[in-house]
Amino acid sequence: MSKRFPVRLNTRDGTVDMSHGSGGRAMAQLIEEIFVRHFDNDLLRQANDQAMFEVAAGRMVMSVDAHVISPLFFPGGDIGSLSVHGTINDVAMSGARPLYLSAAFVLEEGFPLADLDRIAASMAKAAAAAGVPIVTGDTKVVERGKGDGVFITTTGVGVVPRGIEISGDLARPDDAILVNGSIGDHGVAIMSRRENLEFETTIESDSAALHGLVAAMVEAVPGIHCLRDPTRGGLATTLNELAQQSGVGMQLREADIPIKPAVAAACELLGLDPLYVANEGKLICICPQADAQRLLGVMQAHPLGQEAVIIGAVVEDRQGFVQMETGFGGSRVVDWLAGEQLPRIC
Amino acid sequence: MKYVEEFRRQDLARQLARAIHGAVDPGRQYNLMEFCGGHTHAIFRYGVQDLMPSNVRFVHGPGCPVCVLPIGRIDNAIQLAQRPEVILCTYGDLLRVPASGRKSLMKIKAAGADVRMVYSTQDALKVARENPCRQVVFFAIGFETTTPPTAVAIKQAQAQGLDNFSVFCNHVLTPAAIQNILQSPDVREMGAVSIDGFFGPSHVSSVIGSRPYEYFAEEFERPVVIAGFEPLDVMQSALMLIRQLNDGRHEVENEYTRVVSRDGNVKAQALVADVMELRRSFEWRGLGMVPYSALQIKKPYARFDAERRFDIPVVAASDVKGCECPSILRGVKRPTDCKLFGTVCTPDNPMGSCMVSSEGACAAYWSYGRFRQGGQVQASVA
Repeated sequence: MSKRFPVRLNTRDGTVDMSHGSGGRAMAQLIEEIFVRHFDNDLLRQANDQAMFEVAAGRMVMSVDAHVISPLFFPGGDIGSLSVHGTINDVAMSGARPLYLSAAFVLEEGFPLADLDRIAASMAKAAAAAGVPIVTGDTKVVERGKGDGVFITTTGVGVVPRGIEISGDLARPDDAILVNGSIGDHGVAIMSRRENLEFETTIESDSAALHGLVAAMVEAVPGIHCLRDPTRGGLATTLNELAQQSGVGMQLREADIPIKPAVAAACELLGLDPLYVANEGKLICICPQADAQRLLGVMQAHPLGQEAVIIGAVVEDRQGFVQMETGFGGSRVVDWLAGEQLPRIC
Repeated sequence: MKYVEEFRRQDLARQLARAIHGAVDPGRQYNLMEFCGGHTHAIFRYGVQDLMPSNVRFVHGPGCPVCVLPIGRIDNAIQLAQRPEVILCTYGDLLRVPASGRKSLMKIKAAGADVRMVYSTQDALKVARENPCRQVVFFAIGFETTTPPTAVAIKQAQAQGLDNFSVFCNHVLTPAAIQNILQSPDVREMGAVSIDGFFGPSHVSSVIGSRPYEYFAEEFERPVVIAGFEPLDVMQSALMLIRQLNDGRHEVENEYTRVVSRDGNVKAQALVADVMELRRSFEWRGLGMVPYSALQIKKPYARFDAERRFDIPVVAASDVKGCECPSILRGVKRPTDCKLFGTVCTPDNPMGSCMVSSEGACAAYWSYGRFRQGGQVQASVA
């Protein structure tokens, strides 16, 4: 590749400049020496403005996710791995098997090429581990002050296996509500690195691609009603979305909701409620009560579901309240997130 | 989580609930005002009311610093932040408080004003050090708990020669407010609300001690129990208040002995006394003008006083029509008595300050309560 560009891109202390988005040779070199080098796969190497592939019979899903996180690098991940996991998860929450990803980069003039290289390497690693290649992309550069380093938008497509009907409006009274592990890890990990808020913690982001876990789950229990990843707004907001979409209520048991002590302590300190703190490697599953124990076993047998638990049940309630029996023995409503708890977490 | 979970144990809550049910006189009503928003929040978040007998009512008081700040002072802060040279630093809750003309700090931030959320006065000092060519104003609010850190920041700014730092001081005093509530016609003469006893503030009392409450416990013949912010603290304190009322006593008792002493934090008090002095009068939302209820920066520190530096005018601004925040803050009305509650006023679009802060009674009712569309949903009490 260096034949086309006699002087290699300076990924040690070079920076992005306007020419990297101009459509000219500098842009071609950036794409070649960073993106193609890391993402390398046959479809990308077609070097067209689009990737062409065979389509499977049946239903496909498509999802897009823009990533604007600050800070770009955080314990347990970075914007690159997050942009791969986030979209894979959005595709997988339909029960689909994700096939391909696209990635669009908005770079700010002056952004260090070393950081871009590191982010691309992280994306490539995440995509390879997930078995979901990045097959097409785009790069734009904006003037200094008009962006915040790098924004990444990824799109994913996937295929839904026959017989799977998963949707946010299918929760039914008496269904069980499951979660695959502890909540709030991602949000707390991000906060611990915020410039005006730095505190020491061993908590890492839970950022992970969940499609493997989902595949095992839908294979064991094809009749799963709802799957959703509780990202921004946390567990509470996602459950409210599902309750409203399905026209049902939910009854949770606070004592059964897994929260790591370090996450609980950080939230206590900052005055946050972990139920509203973001996750990036968690899913909420709603399934018929009769399948719940079997599904729980399948989840716990998977590396990303070892701490899976049943946290409550769907109840009849036209007003769509999510209610919770508190660990203290009282009861309260768990409302939607109002305002913002944290800016720019994904 | 050590030292926290011990105070949220369900088995102990049940024991206490049994003791309270056993102690109450079924023939009477117990109206207990928790002054602090921290208590209000704990009561709702943990569902404490569900464990109490039906004749024990929590009356939510004005102890939410965001809620009692009059609109005029927010208007002042907005005008300050709109000056091009100013960076306004403030605690997060204040950003969403509605001011006059449908403005808020968050809205003017979006429109280009430099408003920054900080977690402590130290962050504001840092902003001042990093921006020597800008005027950094810390929008200081809060009761006695947050006052010492503001005093420290002013002293540090002086020591470091940070001439671009100043404080817009809105610190208010708890005992003055409690006294004002007890003296208000609603409570004294009209009998619109009877407050039988008080949960004393926790963190405020860690600074001022329990002594300042002795005067009005005696004068107004109302028991006060200084209570911690955890749900078991609230229940234990309720039991102590109920016992006092049954015995006809009106003493200051201290449930929160792990933190609060009779004299409080003498060092912090001295620090505040060095930097600040009483204002002759200060407007409280809900209570109106309350004499000697707030602090201002003393003359020797005048150069760090934003009110002097920017010549901030006194603005009289009125509440949104129909907003019952003033009555709710005095415990005279409940959030559900307000026509705006849950209709046009919600945490996403607050019309009054009680709906903004998580310590506000309206926000707590809305977020944790079952008071929406079509009235009350039945609680499933454990």
